Amino acid sequence: MRRYLRVLVMFWRTSLLSELEYRLNFLLALLSSLGHAVGNYFALSLFYTGNGSLGGWPFFQALLVMGTFTTLSGLSRVLLSPNLARIVEHTRTGTLDFVLLKPIDSQFWLSTRRISPWGIPDVLLGLSMIGYAARRLGLPLSSLLWALIPLGWSCVIQYSLWFTLASIAIWYVKVHNVTEVLNGLLAAGRYPIDALPPGAYRFVFTFIVPVALLTTVPARVALSQATPGWLALAAAFALGAFVFSRAFWRFALRYYTSASS
Amino acid sequence: MNGERVARPNPLRRAYVKARALCAASLANMLEYRAEIYLWVLASVLPLILLGVWARAAESGAYPRSSVEFIRYFLCVFVVRQFSFIWVIWEFEELVVSGNLSHQLLQPLNPVWRFLASHASERLVRLPLVAAVLGLCFWFYPRALWLPRASDVLAATALLLLAFGARFLLQYMMSMLAFWSERAAAIEELWFVVHLFLSGLIAPLDVYPESVRRLTELTPFPYLIYHPVNLLLGRGAPFERAALVLAGWGGLAFVLQRWLWKRGLERYSSMGS
Repeated sequence: MRRYLRVLVMFWRTSLLSELEYRLNFLLALLSSLGHAVGNYFALSLFYTGNGSLGGWPFFQALLVMGTFTTLSGLSRVLLSPNLARIVEHTRTGTLDFVLLKPIDSQFWLSTRRISPWGIPDVLLGLSMIGYAARRLGLPLSSLLWALIPLGWSCVIQYSLWFTLASIAIWYVKVHNVTEVLNGLLAAGRYPIDALPPGAYRFVFTFIVPVALLTTVPARVALSQATPGWLALAAAFALGAFVFSRAFWRFALRYYTSASS
Repeated sequence: MNGERVARPNPLRRAYVKARALCAASLANMLEYRAEIYLWVLASVLPLILLGVWARAAESGAYPRSSVEFIRYFLCVFVVRQFSFIWVIWEFEELVVSGNLSHQLLQPLNPVWRFLASHASERLVRLPLVAAVLGLCFWFYPRALWLPRASDVLAATALLLLAFGARFLLQYMMSMLAFWSERAAAIEELWFVVHLFLSGLIAPLDVYPESVRRLTELTPFPYLIYHPVNLLLGRGAPFERAALVLAGWGGLAFVLQRWLWKRGLERYSSMGS
């Protein structure tokens, strides 16, 4: 465990140093994140014109969900997406051999090798949305801290989904497009699950692309409105998805035949 | 004597032969990449998600459109977006950064025609999946099924072609920045943020506050999605103004592009790549 931590720190330091060479990029990423945050806030407020609402959620409660979504997508831009190109490159050129030979878990190596600071503005903006919403709702700090537990599960679920899809790189090198489909579907996590029509929509976004577990459940916990059923489902999904992602990676590796194949 | 009679075919015919060859080649190329293109279609489901959210929220009757009207609106947005998606800037950036533009410059054909042909044929490849998704949605929401008037479809198609042209020229103009910077596509990402929120993609502009809506009318964005969609829905749109605005922006982008292209090429050759 100690060894993994030490390696992690080293990975992140080196990739941060190399990314910080491009400072103009940071400005552009900041502008783009700011634009998205302002736009999303505005888009959310549109539902509350007249006497409309979003599945019975008051505005600031819905903002809590949007803040959670923005934070999570920022985290995935920091931790997950920069590694995808690497996984593809390794399988395409056959340098995955070297990764597999290292005395360290290959899934750990591949999913932590790089981080990118360009998602940090999103994380900060997401946290500010949560903070602002919590203040307007008068939520105590303790309930926000409780919400960190389901938020951790959300991170595990998002990671597992992402890594499972990234494993497809063993067969199909254009896997970037596959993860784009995931990102496109995760966009539904901006809204509380009750905002979607009952039936097929809710089923898909609870069990297949579980945005309900990713963003609605942590928000519910912060609001002290969580039901045991939802909590159990989120915890079980996180555990199941993580175990599945590891098993799937093992399975994919059986089809890896190095370069020139 | 005889040799003189076998004159070069007239320029129009030559252009036609070239265009046909170019289109056939890029269609074959795009068909090869159909799996990727289908994934792009699936990645652009945002309008279908918003369809569900708005349709449900509108059941309260708090907005200027009914639930069914929201469903139709977002279905149209989904389709319109499939045909107005432009990606020339990433392609061009890649060509300049890798230096592969040089090969294309050797040919007696401006590279823009290649991009145009691949954009057009990519649209054709998308068609079957777009039709399937649309069919699925109507199966799911049969009450949303409607038949637009033929004249509206015609007008909307004309507007969409203009919108495609304007968007393409604008992005191609921005692509010229690749001669100066390695990350020209970043400008498109910023452009897209504005496009996302001002074009009517996330919600019909009539639910926007009046002041914001008036602001959007000063930009070219509503003419790319909101107005063509309203035409399809039979709600009418300022057709002449839309056509003028789109032609104006397209023309401006064209002039700028020609100027930047000349400047850029001088720089490109001086880079020695």
